[in-house]
Amino acid sequence: MATMVALLHRDMRVARRELKFFFLRVGIQPILFTFIFGFVMPRLGIVQSGYANALLPGILALSMTLSGMQSVALPLVVEFGWTKEIEDRLLAPISIMGVAVEKIIVGIIQAVIAGLFVLPLAWLMMSTHLNLQPENFLLLLSVALITSWLFAALGMVMGTIVEPQQIGLMFNVLLGPMIFFGCAYYPWDGLRVLPWFQKFVLINPLVYASEGFRAALTPQLPHMPLWLIFGGLVGFCAFFTYLGLRQFERRSLD
Amino acid sequence: MEKVIVVENLQKTYKPKSRKHSIEVKAVDGISFEIDRGEFFGLLGPNGAGKTTTIGVLTTRVIPTGGRALVDGLDVRRDPVAVKRRIGVCPQVNNLDRSLTGRENLLFHAEYFGIPKRVREQRARELLERFQLAERADEKPTVYSGGMAQRLKIARALMHDPAILFLDEPTTGLDPQARRAIWDLLRELNEKGQTIFLTTHYMEEADQLCQRIAIMDKGKVLEMGTPSKLKAGVPGGYLIELQVQSADGALNSLASALPAVPGVVEVKVQNNHIRVYADKAEGLLANAMRVAGEKGVVVTDAHVSEPSLENLFLHLTGRSLRD
Repeated sequence: MATMVALLHRDMRVARRELKFFFLRVGIQPILFTFIFGFVMPRLGIVQSGYANALLPGILALSMTLSGMQSVALPLVVEFGWTKEIEDRLLAPISIMGVAVEKIIVGIIQAVIAGLFVLPLAWLMMSTHLNLQPENFLLLLSVALITSWLFAALGMVMGTIVEPQQIGLMFNVLLGPMIFFGCAYYPWDGLRVLPWFQKFVLINPLVYASEGFRAALTPQLPHMPLWLIFGGLVGFCAFFTYLGLRQFERRSLD
Repeated sequence: MEKVIVVENLQKTYKPKSRKHSIEVKAVDGISFEIDRGEFFGLLGPNGAGKTTTIGVLTTRVIPTGGRALVDGLDVRRDPVAVKRRIGVCPQVNNLDRSLTGRENLLFHAEYFGIPKRVREQRARELLERFQLAERADEKPTVYSGGMAQRLKIARALMHDPAILFLDEPTTGLDPQARRAIWDLLRELNEKGQTIFLTTHYMEEADQLCQRIAIMDKGKVLEMGTPSKLKAGVPGGYLIELQVQSADGALNSLASALPAVPGVVEVKVQNNHIRVYADKAEGLLANAMRVAGEKGVVVTDAHVSEPSLENLFLHLTGRSLRD
């Protein structure tokens, strides 16, 4: 346990040192998005003024998922594949699973920080009519935590599979479709008009995160039923956690 | 003597990763040895001999496929976390934490091992001073020279006061001066009672530092003992190498005539290369050259070397350590 805390201490020290880059990385995309889609385009009449309401929860989901994923995947790709730095952590007196779980916790913490940073930012810029009821606060909290965990675990899967020279490929081939098919920029309920597409996107874990934040922040608008949201989040979370830990152990031992 | 490491019939076979390369690789093929507390033990062998795999098993990073390995009485397979508490490891690759400064590398490492703050700060100061890193302790190791990075890796391995220090090829790629500095350091540590397990493919390094050496090749331990005992194991001790030019017949008659030369113990022929193992004797080389002349063999090059681990390895495997 003390070793786990020490490993967390190390990762937090490093993260704190790179804090300004962290905020830049986390903040720039939502700012651009909210400016164009939430401010410019409604004034041009291209999107309806209510669009910002649908957009904000999606932007929040996107920022948290990308942060959680990157903060686990990128260091792992480099440490396993290139610098071999991971050996330093693996020699600490803790089980390999302990090291892996610590990495996921770091991802969760970074995703939550990203969420805390982006939510008020987007809220201010879009001046949307968020409808955060006290009874929905618990919902928001649980969606945020499971989402962070899910994508930290997915980050571990990717970080242990992808080779350093394939990082660019990972962003284009995997993250691109995930973001565009993730219901971050449009509500899942609206896909009713394209039934095959509505079913198809269910293989994308980001859909459940976006819809989860919609259910918590703008419950007045149509969203995916809660049972499906939590079913998807918990299911994918368990799957990626299992796969990520197994893959981490496989890469750590010869 | 108390045994710190016990290895019994240790094996590691790597399964083929894909169907294309369907050959199993026996990296370690049933080796056994024991190391006493306080000993400086070396594993000497060429690249690919299985040294790093052996160290990998002993430091819990590689799971053996057979046999047993105990570190400080603990089975490395059954109790890896407890084993990690007792070992300090300086691996072949530079696995220093590049996001931290030199000093932080030491401090965080000690923190992982639960060493109280005041103790670890004190110890880091002492080690940085002793390893001549104090001046640049607050820079990141990415700007260190090879020798500095290596010293920092050793210092880090010592932060939690391990029962055994493992060093995998600690001076590979260093210039002679940096190598000497590391040697002095290791010798000093061992004199203070630190048990050290070292792998190397420099026979000079093993010869200079180790109290006992195991010579390893192709996953097997070929010979084990003190450097002087091992060197005495080369027949005759002295080695004459002759590079020759001749027809096969002449070469063979030379090979059969050479053992009659006073002092010669053993003769081995490999292509146009003859190795003569011999006792130290007056006129040895001159006599060998004379016989070659009589048999009509032209000697293009001749080389005499003193008893060495290099010669022993050559004798055991027919190959040079540097091959």
